[in-house]
Amino acid sequence: MPSLTDLILQGSPVERHRPWPCAVIDQAGWISTATALADGHWILLGLWGEANAVHMALLEESSSNIGIVRLEHIEGSYPSIAHYHPPALRLERAIRDLVGLEALGIPDQRPWLDHGRWGLRSPLGHRSDAQPESTVYEFLPTEGQGLHQIPVGPVHAGIIEPGHFRFTASGETVVRLEERLGYAHKGIEALLVGADLDRAVCIVGRTSGDSTVAYAFAFSRAVESALELEVPPRAIWLRALMAELERLANHLGDIGAICNDAAFALMHAHCGVLRERVLRAADTAFGHRMMRDKIIPGGVTTDLSDAAALILRALITEIRQRFMPLVELYDNTASLQDRTVATGVLKPALARQYGAGGYVGRASGRSFDARRILSYPPYDRLRFEVPVLSEGDVNARIWIRIREVEQSLSLVEQILEQLPNGPVRTAIPENHEPREGSALVEGFRGDILIWLRLTCDGSIDRCHLRDPSWFQWPLLEAVIEGNIVADFPLCNKSFNCSYSGHDL
Amino acid sequence: MRKLFFETLLQPPLTEQLPQPDETSLISLAIAIDSAARRRLGRSLSVRAVDAGSCNGCELELHALSNAFYDIERLGIRFVASPRHADVLFVTGPVTKNMREALERTYNATPNPKWVVSIGRCALDGGCFAGSYAVVGGVSEVVPVDLHIPGCPPAPIEILKGLLALLAHTNMEIRVTRTWLADED
Ligand code: SF4
Repeated sequence: MPSLTDLILQGSPVERHRPWPCAVIDQAGWISTATALADGHWILLGLWGEANAVHMALLEESSSNIGIVRLEHIEGSYPSIAHYHPPALRLERAIRDLVGLEALGIPDQRPWLDHGRWGLRSPLGHRSDAQPESTVYEFLPTEGQGLHQIPVGPVHAGIIEPGHFRFTASGETVVRLEERLGYAHKGIEALLVGADLDRAVCIVGRTSGDSTVAYAFAFSRAVESALELEVPPRAIWLRALMAELERLANHLGDIGAICNDAAFALMHAHCGVLRERVLRAADTAFGHRMMRDKIIPGGVTTDLSDAAALILRALITEIRQRFMPLVELYDNTASLQDRTVATGVLKPALARQYGAGGYVGRASGRSFDARRILSYPPYDRLRFEVPVLSEGDVNARIWIRIREVEQSLSLVEQILEQLPNGPVRTAIPENHEPREGSALVEGFRGDILIWLRLTCDGSIDRCHLRDPSWFQWPLLEAVIEGNIVADFPLCNKSFNCSYSGHDL
Repeated sequence: MRKLFFETLLQPPLTEQLPQPDETSLISLAIAIDSAARRRLGRSLSVRAVDAGSCNGCELELHALSNAFYDIERLGIRFVASPRHADVLFVTGPVTKNMREALERTYNATPNPKWVVSIGRCALDGGCFAGSYAVVGGVSEVVPVDLHIPGCPPAPIEILKGLLALLAHTNMEIRVTRTWLADED
């Protein structure tokens, strides 16, 4: 098996693509890449299309190398990756819906994001007004005695995002879960086409509300890579500060919410208070509870005052103090553990095959963390551990979050200590040639991949956003099998996949 | 657990330690909502949240309404699991075309009298997603809206203020007539 570098060298290199190498390969190379993925040599990081091209981002874990390969001049169809490597399946279904290219040999022909309601087809490819024959979605058939189906959603009982779950159960036990997503599809990638950077970063920051910092961070890094733009040091550190505050807020919220789904409201109440404290501190420090629209290409829009830094320090002290007893409480409550231990087990092999990121992967033995593997600044200058467990149950996903809260507390402190002085923003230079850039940033949920091409006038020609949920949603289907229906909320919350980030 | 429990009992409630978030303090807001809700409905207010394709930012702040700082249940406002139990629908998001029917059906499943509150910039007119092939662009394009709460997302305190405004200014009679007329055509 050639290394990823060899694969890229075999193709014709794409000029002005940064920071990772990118090459146009032929169909034979495409298929051998698919088999290499199936054999576990590489991890699929992303797969997306344009009117006549498909792109695939790959990670070689042994060397931490990332590369992008593409097929060009495609007329209508290309060889399916999912035929060999199932994690590509939904991505290929989405490519067909969005750009109209068919994956030859794809094991599932059904549409994915396109519910037949847009009034057009292939919005990102050669658009046509042709309407689909039917808007009825065929769920997978189930056969067997005593099975019944439970349809749930898209409007759920709680305050959560829209999606449909079709359970097939035998008595209390789930035999199969089938997800149907796409309800939150807003056409984000099409809106980005032709957008200038200001508008683009605003939209990208609204791809998944809980990861607004991570998305803006990734997008800005991709733009800066494409333009070879240096960002002022202070801005780099402030970005990481916001990213860690975002991680803290989300993890605290999740830990409480998972326990709440096991009917343990006390944790929920206490974690909710800590989460609110983080949001309020973020509001005081940066002027927005979720720090939205604060990271932009070229830097950040808000500087941190000394007074605000003090507030953040106080916040860390307080959370440290209050979080520890909560961790103890979780650890010592047998009735709660009874619900979380051995529930919704994700096997390490499956986590690896799907390249599952975030706490989902790290609770199942996959140690990938973009902050560590890519060491993008300022993480190259920060001390932190990447917690990993191998049990893969709800309990492990809670513990990973607990450990990550502790790490983020330390990271915030380190950042505040080392925060350099100086400007927080630099001007975007004029651009006169098409350029491509990509970035991978660790959001609270996992790694977010963004690839983009800028036009000669510096606006967006095409931008693809790949949420970590793409590789986590399918695993939720696997994890719930054999569990009781009542444990689904628990499993689902422990994954906390994004609907909006996935549906785009 | 017992230790934490007792400690919490000894602590003053967080809800009373709030800084003044705005000119209206949370407490006076709470009292106002409470009496307005009683006056209008003679009982508590049940809210059903519908995400019509939001980015989930608005949902996060709706969740925050239940934390110890805002604790809206103490005002008699409850989030309910079914539209059939709801007085008010909170709708977020630009209304994606894929969610349009679900929103309509949720609205139709809500008994009269009912109010609709659109929450967040997207819900007003699609926000930054306006013009997309995949969004309808604003809740009022699909169901009649009684009140809009601006913000991206609106902070919990803004949502509380909005609820107050709804209770104080909505004339139930007008609303009922409007629905009745709408049912006729
Ligand atoms: S208004 Fe803002 S926070 Fe709310 S759904 Fe829209 S983009 Fe998200």
